[in-house]
Amino acid sequence: MKLVLAAIAGALFAIGLLISDMTSPGRIVAFLDVGTAWDPTLMFVMAGAIGVYAPVAWIARKRPRPLFARAFHWPEATTIDLPLLGGAMIFGVGWGLSGFCPGPALVAAGTGRIDTLVFVATMIAGIVALRLVRR
Amino acid sequence: MTTESALRVLLGGALIGLAAAIALIAHGRIAGISGTLGRALDGDDDDGRPVRLAFLVGLVATGVIGAQLVPGAFGANVAGIAQLAIAGLLVGVGTTLGNGCTSGHGVCGISRGSRRSFVAVAVFMATAMVTATIRGAL
Repeated sequence: MKLVLAAIAGALFAIGLLISDMTSPGRIVAFLDVGTAWDPTLMFVMAGAIGVYAPVAWIARKRPRPLFARAFHWPEATTIDLPLLGGAMIFGVGWGLSGFCPGPALVAAGTGRIDTLVFVATMIAGIVALRLVRR
Repeated sequence: MTTESALRVLLGGALIGLAAAIALIAHGRIAGISGTLGRALDGDDDDGRPVRLAFLVGLVATGVIGAQLVPGAFGANVAGIAQLAIAGLLVGVGTTLGNGCTSGHGVCGISRGSRRSFVAVAVFMATAMVTATIRGAL
């Protein structure tokens, strides 16, 4: 049940990305490129997601534990530090160059297109390399 | 932007929020994709790994099915293979260093009112917009 629900959540996440055009790099770049023909539509993705998630997170905060685990794993860091700022800067450049952030890239890997798979491969290499260094 | 496309995108966003809400209520996990992927790969903690892998299988399998049913949803890539390779590396390193991406900071963090996430989102939106705008002008 626990794992089935996790797979359903992953599938819903992907369906949400698909129907909101997040898997189309051209739409992402049209949203990020404020130069000529800015397309602000993707603001609504965040609005929709936060509109549903924020009340649930607020309720979860008051609950002692989730349904299928011993405890909530809330992020503990609170300080605005250099890794946060530098990491966000680096991520933004990669996102702006490609129109891919991690979720949509993993969904788009399903197309089997070689250039998309190259993006996913170097993304995973970057994640793994940095996690090894940080350990 | 049309009203129809804005509503469709809003609905897509709501589904993403619902998926993240399930991960939180059922498993007590923040549904950030970069963190989920990283922790699933290195497995340094715990009991959470099967849940993360199941989530990722659902995500990628839906991409495989979606590519057959709605190939138009993917559009064309906007960069050549070399640029995509570099961008992928930047996205992987940046999200790991900054502890989150569009989902973890952008959706979950902002919803929780996390100060770190507000700052991260402001920074990555700014650098992404500058990068894409320069790219578009070249």
